[in-house]
Amino acid sequence: MTEGFFLHPAAVFFLGAVLLPWVRGRLRGVYLLLIPVVAGLALLAASPGVYGVYAFLGQELILGRVDALSRLFGVIFILMAFIGIMYGLHEKGKTGHSAAALIYVGGALGVVFAGDYISVFIFSEVMVFSSVFLIWLQRDAASLAAGFRYILMHLFGGVCLLGGVVIQLVETGSTAFEPTAVNGIGPVLILIGFLVNAAVPPLSAWLSDAYPEATVTGAVFLSAFTTKTAVYALIRGFPGTEELVWLGAVMAIYGVVYAVLENDIRRLLAYHIISQVGFMVAAVGMGTELALNGASAHAFAHILYKGLLFMGAGAVIQMTGKRKLTELGGLYRSMPITLTLYMIGGFSISAFPLFSGFVSKSMVLAAAHESHLTTIWLMLTLASAGTFLHTGLKLPYYTFFGKDSGIRVSEPPANMLWAMGLAALLCVGIGVAPQTLYALLPYAVDYAPYTTHKVVGTLQVLLFTALGFMLLLKQLDPEPKISLDTDWFYRKGARGLLWLAAHPIARADALLGEAYLTLILNPTERLVQWLWVFERRVIDGAVNGVASVTHACALRMRRIQSGQLQHYALAMVVGVSVFLVYLILF
Amino acid sequence: MSGTPKWVARVEAIRVSATARWLFYAVLVALVLMDLLLPKKAGLPWWEALTGFSAVYGFISCVLIIVVSKLVGHAGLMKRENYYD
Repeated sequence: MTEGFFLHPAAVFFLGAVLLPWVRGRLRGVYLLLIPVVAGLALLAASPGVYGVYAFLGQELILGRVDALSRLFGVIFILMAFIGIMYGLHEKGKTGHSAAALIYVGGALGVVFAGDYISVFIFSEVMVFSSVFLIWLQRDAASLAAGFRYILMHLFGGVCLLGGVVIQLVETGSTAFEPTAVNGIGPVLILIGFLVNAAVPPLSAWLSDAYPEATVTGAVFLSAFTTKTAVYALIRGFPGTEELVWLGAVMAIYGVVYAVLENDIRRLLAYHIISQVGFMVAAVGMGTELALNGASAHAFAHILYKGLLFMGAGAVIQMTGKRKLTELGGLYRSMPITLTLYMIGGFSISAFPLFSGFVSKSMVLAAAHESHLTTIWLMLTLASAGTFLHTGLKLPYYTFFGKDSGIRVSEPPANMLWAMGLAALLCVGIGVAPQTLYALLPYAVDYAPYTTHKVVGTLQVLLFTALGFMLLLKQLDPEPKISLDTDWFYRKGARGLLWLAAHPIARADALLGEAYLTLILNPTERLVQWLWVFERRVIDGAVNGVASVTHACALRMRRIQSGQLQHYALAMVVGVSVFLVYLILF
Repeated sequence: MSGTPKWVARVEAIRVSATARWLFYAVLVALVLMDLLLPKKAGLPWWEALTGFSAVYGFISCVLIIVVSKLVGHAGLMKRENYYD
């Protein structure tokens, strides 16, 4: 354990949440914004090392491991918390919602600085049970149901993680949160736990199911923390696990395919989280220094632009009350600032040169080249085209342009615009000056994003995607439909289970009851009745007969029992005489 | 808001203007031509060094994603909105 003082950033958020109910009025906003500021200062003040080691059930809980990787994720989480809090400042009196968000961020920071799997598990559960309130506090039937499904899937992931950690502990005696070889059931279960949180298909439907049902501010927080905490955990625990390369590449395309079909603006963005996290998962699987730097950088950039996109979509929902592309259109007239800021997010996620996604995504693609993974490179580039197609073209076109819906609203409250502006500024800042981000990465960076080849190649992919969009615009018209995802299995599955219980199982139960009645209960009853008769007539009769004979004899005998000695003596004399006569005669 | 603001009218004009469209096409052609000017880069698969490879791949990707996704969607993946109710 390193000497010296370390104020854990997660502790700042937890304490901030606990004290929140006592801070009211105008002070509330300042107080909320101060929490990430203090946490950020605490992180900046911490020198690399291991802090906060506690003994727990014979194991070591390590709460404060500070190194380049955990610091990078700590910085971006705290930054995003600041932006998210600013975005929600206009909501007065939503103490529960703010507290849930603070605890959620605290949980994410807890995982990031944890040095052992037990702490990782505990903080992951903290994240699940705080974040679900960001969904539930939308307070409608859809969010309630989606929240329960969200918990269900995360409980599954949590149980896998805990089971894996326990098995790992029994087999190796260690719970250290270090690169773990996937060579047994323990590490596999831990990996599955992380893959659920990273929303890797087929374990991904909880994300696209729940995030669009969350509150406007809640979705901004959700988009940033859970999946990126999982990416961090994968970088830390499973770098170079080859299966992840393919899982990630499939994931990148999976999200894009669903985004074509999607009509709900936040669900479209949610599918693009899955797609973008696919780039990171694939990079973790490649495992080279360039790839892990790429995964970290992409997570950093992604949190900002995806937060910005969710803020833009949230602003549209907040102001119009509508969330479907088929019901929106022509909004650029009344929300030009929102559109501009959203588009900065759109260009960033699409990896246009001079925007943040370019300097991080191109690292992942370069890593694929470096590892001679040509198919993976092609799959990821295809997904890139799809990203621009939906997030940069389809969504803004049908929301802000397209057929005018006639909706005339105003721009969202100033604090929402400021939060979006801050995120947009950071997106452009990282794109223009990538060295600021590269300096934070876990490994030394020897990589130049702005070569003519890369810029021209990227622009060709993107602008010819735009050409395809223009030519196929009619094909892309959104449809008022929903698309089946793997949540079908537990949504319809649960219904099937209920039907199973109500029909075949209930019928089998009735049948079994009937059989029991006819085959066992009724014959037994008849036997008992017969036995009763037998008992009354035969046994009782015999016993009673013996008893009454005895009784009658006794009555007679009683008479000869006079109690007088001379009678008994006489009887004895008679008896002896009879005996003697018998002896003499025979 | 009374009437259409001037800037909205200007945006609408650009949206339908043929000049903007031709400008866009010109940029596309210029981008592909730039491939010819750049020195070939070593270490890449041969087909990636072909002139306009990224352009063609980007266009094909876009078309594939739209067509295949819509096919899969209409083959049964897309359901009415109250499917789960």
